[in-house]
Amino acid sequence: MKLLKYILVGFVFGIVLTKAEAVSWYRIYEMFHFQSFHMYGIIMTAIVTGVIGVFLIKKLNLKDINGNPIYIMPKEQGNTRYWIGGIIFGLGWAMIGACPGPIFIMIGAGFMAMGVVLIGALFGTFLYGLIKNKLPH
Amino acid sequence: MEFLSHTWHWSIAGFLIGLVMLVLIYFGNHFGMSSNLRSLCSMTGIGKRISFFDWDWKSQRWNLAVVFGAMIGGFVAVHFLSSPSNVALNPKTIEELNSLGVDAPNGKFLPDYFFGKDFYKSPKVLGMLFFGGLLVGFGSRYAGGCTSGHAISGLSNLQLPSLKAVIGFFIGGLVMTYFILPYFLN
Repeated sequence: MKLLKYILVGFVFGIVLTKAEAVSWYRIYEMFHFQSFHMYGIIMTAIVTGVIGVFLIKKLNLKDINGNPIYIMPKEQGNTRYWIGGIIFGLGWAMIGACPGPIFIMIGAGFMAMGVVLIGALFGTFLYGLIKNKLPH
Repeated sequence: MEFLSHTWHWSIAGFLIGLVMLVLIYFGNHFGMSSNLRSLCSMTGIGKRISFFDWDWKSQRWNLAVVFGAMIGGFVAVHFLSSPSNVALNPKTIEELNSLGVDAPNGKFLPDYFFGKDFYKSPKVLGMLFFGGLLVGFGSRYAGGCTSGHAISGLSNLQLPSLKAVIGFFIGGLVMTYFILPYFLN
């Protein structure tokens, strides 16, 4: 039952991403060709909403649902992993037009081909775990 | 009910995505989809051999529940809330794709070229689906997050590392879409 609220949040997330067409290979292609503002609008509005929300959480010292103080972990400082990892991710994102959220959402919608993408993504994750210590971070 | 089947405006969608992130923070957790890939790998018990997968993935079950909900959401939205007017791209994009041999959307979310019923018949398409996924999986773990973890969560918390990653996402995306994809598609 504790997981039910997460399933509900996920359900809303799946509906929103699909209805906004952020799950669409076409929309990602269009975005990278600067032929529509749509995707940029979605990402920027989400960030502005997030910035205001996070600011208020910190400013008002809000507590979470269990009454604990909210602490948002900062990202580890670094360069190589973010630049190189980011570029590798971007290459894949533009190729198959889906980032991890949409991969799952479109499998749920019944697109079998997206299962191949998921297998690839799991293999990529496995590969990273395998050679992590040999990579510059 | 008609607003449900139309393409949602970017401002509404963006606001709701930001809200999803804030609700997960309120629940005492965080918004990040790609770490579920790590959990799924760890579920196989591979952590015995590779230390990266030897972690308390069970503490991340809530995130797998989010994924499960998102899959149901996708199913409902695609099968019950879509209309042929969806995915109204810039006509220039459709024309460009047409010249590359990719079918127009006409209400579809994904091109048949990659995701149609016959996807398994073309070794090239299968290879692209797998390799694209591999890059997404490897890159998101290397960078420590994807669109949700860095672009939305990280930038909302004004994290410089996330900005570097997001700029990286776009460099990679532009290189792929302008220089590599046209070569593969034709």
